[in-house]
Amino acid sequence: MRQGQIIRVSGPLVIAANCFGAKMYDMARVGHLGLIGEIIELKGDLAYIQVYEDTTGLGPDEPVLLTDQPLSVELGPGLLGTIYDGIQRPLDLILAKEGNFVTRGIEVPALDREKLWKFEPLISSGAEVKSGDILGIVKETPLILHKIMVPFPIEGQVSEIKEGEFKITETIAIILTKSGPVPITLAQTWPIRKQRPVSRRLMPDELLITGQRVLDTLFPLAKGGTACVPGPFGSGKTVVQHQLAKWSDAQIIVFVACGERGNEVADLLLSFPELKDPLTGRPLMERTVIIANTSNMPVAAREASIYTGMTIAEYFRDMGYSVALMADSTSRWAEALREISGRMEEMPGEEGYPAYLASRIAEFYERAGKVICLGSDKRIGALSVIGAVSPPGGDLSDPVVQATLKVVKVFWALDDRLANMRHFPAINWLLSYSLYAENLKPYYQSKVAEDYPDLRQEALQLLEEEAELLEIARLVGIESLSLRERLILETARSLREDFLHQNAFHLEDTYSSMRKQYLMLRNILHFHHLGLRALEAGIELEAILSLRVKEKIALMKYEPEEANLLDLYLNIDREFKELGASQPKEVVHV
Amino acid sequence: MYKDYLTVSNIVGPLLIVEKIEKVKYAELVEIETGDGQRRRGRVLDVSTERAIVQVFEGTAGLDVVKTRVRFLGRSERLGVSEDIIGRILDGSGRPKDGGPEIIAEKWLDINGSPINPCARDYPSEFIQTGFSAIDGMNPLVRGQKLPIFSGSGLPHARIAAQIARQAKVLGKAEKFAVVFGAMGITFEEANFFIEDFRRTGALERAVLFLNLANEPPIERISTPRLALTCAEYLAFDLDMHVLVILMDMTFYAEALREISAARKEIPGRRGYPGYLYTDLATMYERAGRIKGKKGSITLIPILTMPEDDKTHPIADLTGYITEGQIILSRELHRRGIYPPIDVLPSLSRLKDKGIGQEKTREDHADVLNQLFACYARGKEARELALILGEAALSDLDRLYLKFADLFENNFVRQGEFEDRSVEKTLDLGWKLLRLLPRRELKRIRPEFLDKYYQA
Ligand SMILES: Nc1ncnc2c1ncn2[C@@H]1O[C@H](COP(=O)(O)OP(=O)(O)O)[C@@H](O)[C@H]1O
Ligand SMILES: [Mg+2]
Repeated sequence: MRQGQIIRVSGPLVIAANCFGAKMYDMARVGHLGLIGEIIELKGDLAYIQVYEDTTGLGPDEPVLLTDQPLSVELGPGLLGTIYDGIQRPLDLILAKEGNFVTRGIEVPALDREKLWKFEPLISSGAEVKSGDILGIVKETPLILHKIMVPFPIEGQVSEIKEGEFKITETIAIILTKSGPVPITLAQTWPIRKQRPVSRRLMPDELLITGQRVLDTLFPLAKGGTACVPGPFGSGKTVVQHQLAKWSDAQIIVFVACGERGNEVADLLLSFPELKDPLTGRPLMERTVIIANTSNMPVAAREASIYTGMTIAEYFRDMGYSVALMADSTSRWAEALREISGRMEEMPGEEGYPAYLASRIAEFYERAGKVICLGSDKRIGALSVIGAVSPPGGDLSDPVVQATLKVVKVFWALDDRLANMRHFPAINWLLSYSLYAENLKPYYQSKVAEDYPDLRQEALQLLEEEAELLEIARLVGIESLSLRERLILETARSLREDFLHQNAFHLEDTYSSMRKQYLMLRNILHFHHLGLRALEAGIELEAILSLRVKEKIALMKYEPEEANLLDLYLNIDREFKELGASQPKEVVHV
Repeated sequence: MYKDYLTVSNIVGPLLIVEKIEKVKYAELVEIETGDGQRRRGRVLDVSTERAIVQVFEGTAGLDVVKTRVRFLGRSERLGVSEDIIGRILDGSGRPKDGGPEIIAEKWLDINGSPINPCARDYPSEFIQTGFSAIDGMNPLVRGQKLPIFSGSGLPHARIAAQIARQAKVLGKAEKFAVVFGAMGITFEEANFFIEDFRRTGALERAVLFLNLANEPPIERISTPRLALTCAEYLAFDLDMHVLVILMDMTFYAEALREISAARKEIPGRRGYPGYLYTDLATMYERAGRIKGKKGSITLIPILTMPEDDKTHPIADLTGYITEGQIILSRELHRRGIYPPIDVLPSLSRLKDKGIGQEKTREDHADVLNQLFACYARGKEARELALILGEAALSDLDRLYLKFADLFENNFVRQGEFEDRSVEKTLDLGWKLLRLLPRRELKRIRPEFLDKYYQA
């Protein structure tokens, strides 16, 4: 291996001389400790290296080993259930080896080298295969079949394929390619900054069910889509992301804890093995990979961590799974980029961020998508990406927020005014949007209920009317509003408090099925429709609001039984009838 | 043994540029000798084959480029610790300030520490009763949490912090307990207030103080909180103690960091603070916590004064992004004579959920807390409306909410400086207020708790 020498150390940036022939984004081992770094700029024989570990004690003249390999991740059985640092070192192994504090220059393999995996071939020797074709499977966890794919860009004829138990480094098949025989192992590697290829991209048209009412009903994310959650501290970004990791109906979750709190990672690690997947009853950890580079860990590794996560997510997508990646928070990644850029004395753009910030953000989100994967079976995979953004002071004009909004299709606007009054999720219903809502209409109609899109529309409209009416009331007093308008205010309040408000820490409330969401919404609007009729029939508003069903509506979120929600609908009819006001059969949704 | 360099070429603000150096390492400790034999200390911020940039802790006043001698010590800054450190008052660099002897070190610790492996963390879940209703009831603190106080100049943050140090206890437990106090740039009077309070209550015997006062070198403040946290780690993870760390005032710390950044001509971030302020603060705040298999813990209360009471100021903003919540003081409540002037709505404890409830505090705690938040928020809205339109324009219900908000501030938040309320008492007070409102308004409380507590 070639070797250069350090000529300068400035925080996480190291400059080395005598690096002729080094390539951009190659990995380097820096100093006597062999710290891991990546070449991010070349000037003549000088290599600028961002170092993923603390550089304290490093100095000029120490050696820099040029590996000639790009910074890559290892992909294969053993990923699921693992927690990695930003450059894919398993943190549990580091703990076992080095103790409670993370030290430097540690070498641990990303995937277990000794473990034996049972490989079942799905094709036989002699078969012609293309990149992405599935050679066989390994049952990685009781939840997930790990499909062993022909690595890109290999294609040719399988000259040998084995069955049995193998370590990830052992050959399980040999493919005769144009340039000779290539041994295939259970694991492959892929450079983290390079998008993994697919056959074709598709339009996302299936709902990613999250069980969070404000998301699924008002601002839905489609499988393979992109969303961002910007908001000031304490507004609920992390809880939203954790809720998605816990409850969304993706098959694989990759959670990137990027430059945030250690205790939040501890929370995931302690709760995921306990929590059960709602569909299969298996521990959530069996479908999850965590990448954790917390705020006190080396800053440069934060920059790499989201690519490490993304590449792992793409790999599972390539197997034909629906994958969701959460990055909390992309702002910390952008800040790491800014810090390195500053030390390289690049020309700063807005707020000191480098000029290429926006293109990096766009590139990142473009790796999401619903796709036809490589491989002859044309399987479909989806990778949904949800990024938290932490703008200074919650100010949405922040360059990271702005660049993100240009590319993502769903905007969940967190509002600290709502968070302060503990309305959670504090997603502002007037500012947020989903560009998938229209595409998903047929999905809602066929999978939930024919009238669901209409109910959704009506709910959104009521909430907007509420904002206008409240403004009027603020200016001239509540008296100026008609009875009808006051009922609208009451219904909007019910929508907010009884439907949108959802406590992530309440056993029952934390997740609502689509069916439940539909029934809840229908009951609230049913009450509203009958209320409007009752007003027309001259019944007092106070009498309408004092109906016993009103209290039941407030408790719907804690109601596990569908039958009771259906009953409530009939009870609403009954109580209004007792008021002497309505002929429920004729009611139509307006 | 060490080579002395007389090759200082430039002095810029708190920085020295030293030329023609050999074998200097990034971040190593530096000893500087002035022409008249005075010793100062510093740290390497940037090193290349030709020169090193050195930050001088005591400042560069009086240094020159001719006679200044520089010596590179080949190690980073360390703190010598042993059990004898307990009960001592040290300066901002860790030297005795109480007239006592040097501490004979049992071991030397790098003051920068190392990141706790996230896998090693134990999730904090033991409720600490501070005796403040506004904290225990609304934004409860747990052992191992980092919960800052966002204050403003002239607000009683010091009194509140001292009261927490005095009253904090974990229910039903008597364990080894210590306070570590790190002062950065505060006045003699403020520091003395703590010392006297600790002395009176006997806490001084279980305390370690690191004091860098307003008239002491600003650049030294970069080390002070790190020394305090290093000491806390030793007490918590070597000696099994539960340690409460109070750091005051983080604003002066950040200003010192800004000064260095400006001298290096770095591209400034918001309001002139360096772009790496977030990371820099995080490497300190994240040293709080619990570790699996260790008995001790570090609970951290950093205090900062927000310039112009602005919570979006970078120091408060970045702190809030790192810590596990924040306690925010309000000038308005203070003006109205309410102590503690804690503004509960924007305050937050992120770790409360696993610290409260049955067997920890009381079964109804979470629901009562959520309900009090919702009602107080609505009451404050009603108050605003009444300001614009007059109270008469409010609906009957809104008038009730308004009354609720007034009583909440006057009876629940307000309490005496020596009043130590139990969490039971706090929750009972909460129910007393909630009874002002009709039952159907209390949607955040489970029916079974309403049945049990609402009537009472
Ligand atoms: N859906 C929710 N249900 C209940 N509490 C919530 C919810 N979302 C947020 N919270 C509360 O708000 C706090 C802050 O949320 P968090 O997601 O950590 O904010 P951020 O990541 O934006 O700083 C949490 O600790 C929790 O107390
Ligand atoms: Mg967060």
